[in-house]
Amino acid sequence: MAAHLSYGRVNLNVLREAVRRELREFLDKCAGSKAIVWDEYLTGPFGLIAQYSLLKEHEVEKMFTLKASRLPAADVKNIIFFVRPRLELMDIIAENVLSEDRRGPARDFHILFVPRRSLLCEQRLKDLGVLGSFIHREEYSLDLIPFDGDLLSMESEGAFKECYLESDQTCLYHAAKGLMTLQALYGTIPQIFGKGECARQVANMMIRMKREFTGSQNSVFPVFDNLLLLDRNVDLLTPLATQLTYEGLIDEIYGIQNSYVKLPPEKFAPKKQGDGGKDLPTEAKKLQLNSAEELYAEIRDKNFNAVGSVLSKKAKVISAAFEERHNAKTVGEIKQFVSQLPHMQAARGSLANHTSIAELIKDVTTSEDFFDKLTVEQEFMSGIDTDKVNGYIEDCIAQKHSLIKVLRLVCLQSVCNSGLKQKVLDYYKREILQTYGYEHILTLHNLEKAGLLKPQIGGRNNYPTIRKTLRLWMDDVNEQNPTDISYVYSGYAPLSVRLAQLLARPGWRSIEEVLRILPGPHFEERQPLPTGLQKKRQPGENRVTLIFFLGGVTFAEVAALRFLSQLEDGGTEYVIATTKLMNGATWMESLMEKLV
Amino acid sequence: MNRTKVDEEEYWNSSKFKAFTFDDEDDELSQLKESKRAVNSLRDFVDDDDDDDLERVSWTGEPVGRRTRLGSFQSLSDALTDTPAKSYAPELGRPKGEFRDYSNDWSPSDTVRRLRKGKVCSLERFRSLQDKLLLLEEAVSMHDGNVITAVLIFLKRTLSKEVLFRELEVRQVALRHLIHFLKEIGDQKLLLDLFRFLDRTEELALSHYREHLSIQDPEKRKEFLKTCIGLPFSVEDAAHIQDHYTLLERQIIIEANDRHLESAGQTEIFRKHPRKASILNMPLVTTLFYSCFYHYTEPEGTFSSPVNLKKTFKIPDKQYVLTALAARAKLRAWHDVDALFTTKNWLGYTKKRAPIGFHRVVEILYKNNAPVQILQEYVNLVEDVDTKLNLATKFKCHDVVIDTCRDLKDRQQLLAYRSKVDKGSAEEEKIDAILSSTQIRWKN
Repeated sequence: MAAHLSYGRVNLNVLREAVRRELREFLDKCAGSKAIVWDEYLTGPFGLIAQYSLLKEHEVEKMFTLKASRLPAADVKNIIFFVRPRLELMDIIAENVLSEDRRGPARDFHILFVPRRSLLCEQRLKDLGVLGSFIHREEYSLDLIPFDGDLLSMESEGAFKECYLESDQTCLYHAAKGLMTLQALYGTIPQIFGKGECARQVANMMIRMKREFTGSQNSVFPVFDNLLLLDRNVDLLTPLATQLTYEGLIDEIYGIQNSYVKLPPEKFAPKKQGDGGKDLPTEAKKLQLNSAEELYAEIRDKNFNAVGSVLSKKAKVISAAFEERHNAKTVGEIKQFVSQLPHMQAARGSLANHTSIAELIKDVTTSEDFFDKLTVEQEFMSGIDTDKVNGYIEDCIAQKHSLIKVLRLVCLQSVCNSGLKQKVLDYYKREILQTYGYEHILTLHNLEKAGLLKPQIGGRNNYPTIRKTLRLWMDDVNEQNPTDISYVYSGYAPLSVRLAQLLARPGWRSIEEVLRILPGPHFEERQPLPTGLQKKRQPGENRVTLIFFLGGVTFAEVAALRFLSQLEDGGTEYVIATTKLMNGATWMESLMEKLV
Repeated sequence: MNRTKVDEEEYWNSSKFKAFTFDDEDDELSQLKESKRAVNSLRDFVDDDDDDDLERVSWTGEPVGRRTRLGSFQSLSDALTDTPAKSYAPELGRPKGEFRDYSNDWSPSDTVRRLRKGKVCSLERFRSLQDKLLLLEEAVSMHDGNVITAVLIFLKRTLSKEVLFRELEVRQVALRHLIHFLKEIGDQKLLLDLFRFLDRTEELALSHYREHLSIQDPEKRKEFLKTCIGLPFSVEDAAHIQDHYTLLERQIIIEANDRHLESAGQTEIFRKHPRKASILNMPLVTTLFYSCFYHYTEPEGTFSSPVNLKKTFKIPDKQYVLTALAARAKLRAWHDVDALFTTKNWLGYTKKRAPIGFHRVVEILYKNNAPVQILQEYVNLVEDVDTKLNLATKFKCHDVVIDTCRDLKDRQQLLAYRSKVDKGSAEEEKIDAILSSTQIRWKN
């Protein structure tokens, strides 16, 4: 079971169980043996809530990925398509179904849309002449997926683009639905705070949905004290900077997907003597990263510079524990030692893995280029030389470093200068188009529309005001024993988390001026509770805040919030929800125009 | 290994087709055998003639009673019994006559509520413009993109373009959904009409330009890009679009010519260094590199000459020198490299000058495996002494290190460097000679 989901202040296993139950119910509706045809994107998120064994218990005998042309043969009664509601997938499904009809015994087709049925998609199926072939067409509202004891994600990769570029509110609607599900399970959240256009809309939808359900009064005792809805475009800066926590760096360098990471296998090869490096494994090493692993839970949120010392301390503790065997004299002592062996061996394996990962990361962080890049980022964030063409960025373009890296830096400079001077912007644009191709003009426009790369208007730079008021740049940062959230970026305190921190204490009234500079409205709503459900907080008892990042959140921000949760006199514990776990690179990628 | 695992293994081994499973949580190492990405090979879903198709479209429009297909059947029975969408089961064998749309008097809010629950209901009863707009407003107020899109398709089918555009212009949320929807289904024609109507000229231009990406044939793509010139882009962008066209035009000429030269087998450079890929659709800087590689000595008059490219596209000096240097160094044409940085003043004296800084020159030369003598020459030209020493040490230009230490009268550093050179080498001898020299006044 997913025990790590229940360690937190809020037991997220309850949610996981609820979605598993719903899945079982659907599977049982399609009686008989089945094959599932998967939209490949969904397998990752589904893996977090169900394993193959669960599906097998419900007569799923075969699984395939959704591919054009024919379905592979499978001797089953039901074929079920698990798909996101996307038009291009409907075309593939239709092809599958049509080529199926011509041969063999008839089978029952079903479609499960995740997270929602789409009229548009069903229309497309109808146009293609296959809509009638499906017996069950249903939806599976897998809106929020529990990733860890304090972390939920919708894993909707297009969310930011849809919300801020295309103004499509569908994913906000899903967010609101996800929040309604949470409230059904964990009680009505009495207070809602928010900042940003999308936050406002989600709050509106929630209030409206609640009004529609007036018939049934929610009788669950509320677990959350308040909800904070935050638009990603209130803080465009944070994801652009390179995350410097352990987990953040793993994500930056190797990419964490649905809590798994794939690593180069060389470092994980079992060491055999006299085997001069032959037969190195060639397949990537895949590891799951979550708090179920004790050591990982301890180090993931630390600044990377503080990870080495923890690992070496652990190594000493473990070897000391193994040494204990020499002291075990009596049968009882030996027995006790042996009973601890499995745990010790697991700890040793975990330590070996993370030592290898840390070595891999160190190779990157100690490189000259990483240092140069970090220097430039930190200069920008502390407000140095943001208004002229940067030599390092120029060099990156000249050496044709990845376009994503270049865009990320240019956007960071733009955000830290409230937009670039026209001349500087034009210069970067020309260099980028000449080096990477003119078609990227479309991408540049997307970035401009999202507010990431734009000309400065009226020659006013607001960033210094924001930086100073919110104390976004801290010169004296302690990476080993942090006293402030700025440790996650070695100096820069993520704006989004600062807003959360200030809301908890002393309240947003103290930063009205900055809130007006940041985009979108800020607001507060109350959802009245019947007297029986009103909470009387014990002295010293922490509040629980659900913070929802609309448009994505980074691991470094998650780390900063966990840091606040753990502060002794913090007073607030956070559960974090988002549309997508992301980093600067995946973010830029989602905003780039798909080139055929 | 537990039992489930053995079962699973059996499953995998017995399964003829590529399939996969989730990782079991207690299974640390992935057992996933993922099939190759299916989604990558998605065919383009943009139809050319979807305008007509959409006219036929309706899950809402068609009288429901006429539906005979199985799928619609369920939804219908669902609509009749008003059970929650999730609990319906196939109800076959009911006489067709029973399936009639009973509620002709659903209000806009009832209708929208039903649509939100994924139930079938006819929108045809919303006949007047006013009713249709009420329906749209209700859908918008629910924020459910799915339903908004459904209503928009109904409006698109039943309203004239002019009326639709006019009404949406004052309903921004719905308008944005329509734009998104048109992009999604690839209805470029209506989208462009809409932008024109809204006077969103830049979006219109970009949207038109975007289409070139789906044109594979270079000649056709070029012709298409030509139609983009003169569209209402910003001044800066207009220049880039023009350049894009000009570049592809050039590339087509160069490609035809070089392919011919290469296959004829008479030209040395192509024989020695066969082309790895076509130059078509490559970025400008890549094209310049190509041209510096294969056509370096050509006179300015030819389309493929680097100088011509530099002029036509106003490539800055820095960019030009960097690219030429990389290309010539790759060919180990050290004379060309030398010439790139040699300037003559009016008295005829030559002088070395690099707009990109000699430290960069050295880095690029090193990357291209330039011999030490060549590297040394350029390391010596680096002005900043510290940088020079660093580079010389990094690239093992012993003479430069030794001479620089001597010039700096830095005995300690020279001593330290002595341990880095090979025993008994010429460098060691040179260092020893300097260290024992009485002419130098060491500073340490």
